[in-house]
Amino acid sequence: MNAEASMNDLILQVEHLSMKFGGLVAIGDLSFQAKRGEITALIGPNGAGKTTVFNCITGFYKPSEGMITLNRNDGSTYLLERLPNHEIPARAKVARTFQNIRLFSGMTLLENLLVAQHNKLMKASGYTLLGLFGVPSYRKASAESIELARHWLEKADLVDRADDPAGDLPYGAQRRLEIARAMCTGPELLCLDEPAAGLNPKESAALNALLMGIKATGTSILLIEHDMSVVMQISDHVVVLEYGRKISDGNPQSVRTDPRVIAAYLGVDDEEVETVLTEVGDEDVIEQLDTGPDSAHGPGSSSSYLAGPVSDTVGHSEGERITVSKGASKAAQVDARAASVASKPVAPPAAKSAPPAKPARKAGTTKAGTKKPAAKAPAKAGSVSNRMDAPRGGKADSLVRIKGIGPVNERKLNEHGIFHFDQIAAWKKADIEAVEAYLAFDGRIAREDWIGQAKTLAEEVAAKPAKRGGRK
Amino acid sequence: MAATVSSERDTVATPIQRAFREALYAGVISLGLFVLFIGLRTDQNISNELILVKRWGLLAIVVIAVAVGRFLYVAYAIPAMERSKAEKAAAPAVVAEPGFVKQNFNKIGLVVLILYPVAMVLLFGFQGSLKWVDNFGIQILIYVMLAWGLNIVVGLAGLLDLGYVAFYAVGAYAYALLGTHFGLSFWILLPAAGCMAAFWGVMLGFPVLRLRGDYLAIVTLAFGEIIRLVLINWREVTNGSAGISGIPKVSFFGLISFNVSDPNYIAKVLHIAQSGAYYKIFLYYLALALCLLTAFVTIRLRRLPVGRAWEALREDEIACRSLGINTTTTKLTAFATGAMFGGFAGSFFAARQGFVSPESFVFLESAIILAIVVLGGMGSLGGIAVAALVMIGGTEILRELDFLKAVFGPDFTPELYRMLLFGMAMVIVMLWKPRGFVGSREPTAFLKKRRAVSASFTKEGHG
Repeated sequence: MNAEASMNDLILQVEHLSMKFGGLVAIGDLSFQAKRGEITALIGPNGAGKTTVFNCITGFYKPSEGMITLNRNDGSTYLLERLPNHEIPARAKVARTFQNIRLFSGMTLLENLLVAQHNKLMKASGYTLLGLFGVPSYRKASAESIELARHWLEKADLVDRADDPAGDLPYGAQRRLEIARAMCTGPELLCLDEPAAGLNPKESAALNALLMGIKATGTSILLIEHDMSVVMQISDHVVVLEYGRKISDGNPQSVRTDPRVIAAYLGVDDEEVETVLTEVGDEDVIEQLDTGPDSAHGPGSSSSYLAGPVSDTVGHSEGERITVSKGASKAAQVDARAASVASKPVAPPAAKSAPPAKPARKAGTTKAGTKKPAAKAPAKAGSVSNRMDAPRGGKADSLVRIKGIGPVNERKLNEHGIFHFDQIAAWKKADIEAVEAYLAFDGRIAREDWIGQAKTLAEEVAAKPAKRGGRK
Repeated sequence: MAATVSSERDTVATPIQRAFREALYAGVISLGLFVLFIGLRTDQNISNELILVKRWGLLAIVVIAVAVGRFLYVAYAIPAMERSKAEKAAAPAVVAEPGFVKQNFNKIGLVVLILYPVAMVLLFGFQGSLKWVDNFGIQILIYVMLAWGLNIVVGLAGLLDLGYVAFYAVGAYAYALLGTHFGLSFWILLPAAGCMAAFWGVMLGFPVLRLRGDYLAIVTLAFGEIIRLVLINWREVTNGSAGISGIPKVSFFGLISFNVSDPNYIAKVLHIAQSGAYYKIFLYYLALALCLLTAFVTIRLRRLPVGRAWEALREDEIACRSLGINTTTTKLTAFATGAMFGGFAGSFFAARQGFVSPESFVFLESAIILAIVVLGGMGSLGGIAVAALVMIGGTEILRELDFLKAVFGPDFTPELYRMLLFGMAMVIVMLWKPRGFVGSREPTAFLKKRRAVSASFTKEGHG
């Protein structure tokens, strides 16, 4: 992956993470990194798979594929996908909060924070045996734990209510308490799932202050958030997901002006995008609005070419997310690649056929963009040299047998006229680049040796031609 | 009951007028209901023919009772209730300082428990006190101990266990078998029985860890039955349904024996008259000591991380895992600790009875213990002790109510109705205090002031 960023700077590396629930791909081949001491925000429309990413990182789900590496401050490295659920907070020092608050509502605030220090206290109490007899060392540890709890209660501005049941707190205070509780586990990475959801502006500002305070202590934060004011104000790095795939990655400034993000995240309604951009204070947009750009080339149009046929989006432009076709987000991804190349300083030069053109700003590249295969109509017949119009004998090979190709990619390949192993086996460099461009895989084909695998499988198929066909 | 007939125009009528009318309706409805149930009865006459016996007098009494009851309820009870409600609403909420008894409930309870056998002996003499010390005192204390043990599993960790009696049985049989075969003393076998029960607690815990709520309850119920069936059918070891008798008595650390034939028999050592009551009184204090041990350990454990983890588990298991708590071991320790106290109670039970059989470990016992925990208020030791007193003492006292025969006739046996009364009492208590006698929860740590947590915030757990 990213060679320039040294391992020590990265606290979390997510590589090729995929999570499948049966046939549903909640996350597909997601890779991103979080730097130590930074606030990394994970944003995306509802259902984009953000919480699923969190659940994979914190061990509530075991990812179907991929690797999640956590580098602790002391240099030790943990592969989170291999650790049991409860050991992730205990050993890898990753703490999390929940989208729907999960406090111990019948216990007092103080008790909530003491439960968070369970592992430390358990050791101090000699796994209960010594504690039962009240040895002094346990008493000392117990007093220290109460002090730590008091410290975080003060930080969260809850110390006055320390002896009240957690369920009695107002909503915003419960959010802060949950963060304080997570901090009591002594985490190095704090994962917050929509901490500002349901907060009023004042509470939201208090939350920002709390998070900046946590950041100042050196704890890295990974944040899922819908509230753009929180994301834009405090995050150092933003990763945008759509349909379980990354569509943009970079600093808040570059992400919020990325037309792919605007199209995917905010919806396609022109007026709405402008309003939101004005709200978040994008000077470029305001300027453009003032100077009166051609509204036909606004984000609405850019999203419509992303979505393929114009009619697809027009019919749905009622301010909702596009649900037209899978092609929409697919193509958006290809574009987002190009966009992030320019905006991400650490990214290596994209090994793609993408021209180093300016990232497609909202009014930028037009429908005449050369490299984008419109997903629905594979007009670019020449992109792969040996494409076929139909599988031989009406039956395609089961491409999923190649490690690295899932059902989704199989379908995409079929759409592009790739049905058989021997076709893949015969790919040349240009073909690979073309395929990678529309599958949005950076060098993955070579890394996973699809060609080699396909050759073996093609021989196998040739050996027994009466093989069962693919699933398509 | 008769339906309340209240329409718009009723509101203008005085309560007395309305009461008259409603009493009339109630009488008519009850007449219609009971005319065939009570008014007529089929019987056989001397020549074996079916005849109708008419009981119009009884019917009249019932109907009049209903009508008068309705009249009194509408005319006096409802206005009185409304008045008191209005008064309560009008008066400012005065936080009454809890009374002396409430403040020092635990201390008073302890003193009463310690003085109880002495009082009984003074009141009824040694022979007369037997019943009160044994049937009431020891019996209740055994259930208190069991319920406190189950409280760890159900009340603290929130794992519904319907097979708790299995651990009671394991403890009792462990003591009975090891005591009769190897002649080991109670003081060795008590911890051994506790360990064995804890072991079986872990054995049960492992397979059911993944289960929650109803499913957990069913499996634990099955576990209780399996243990009982093994005890019945493994005749070579357990002697089947015949049970094991001749279980050795407890001695006072080997110094003083309660066997008349022994040289160190208590009457010989202390030069007092022979009586069976000494042993019972000794057992009473032993049971009390075991109860206090249970209470002490439970209170201590609650303030330790493991106890807090149990309660956190009851509140939210997923949050526990997100905080790095190993829920597997936490659940297993809850099962094991609860089972251990069940085992202590079981071995004490075996020593006290001198005889164990599978009959003592039926599902009803589990249900009663669970009922005590729920009735007392899950998690609260004081409430559970009171509930045990009410439930066990209540059923025992019903045996004593011979005067009821004078009321209901000589063929009335109060014992037969005790389960019915018991059920009714439980329904009433649950309506009146849905979270048990003591619904609030005492926090385990505090910064400024210890304030009880209201029951509306605590959760019951989902398994």
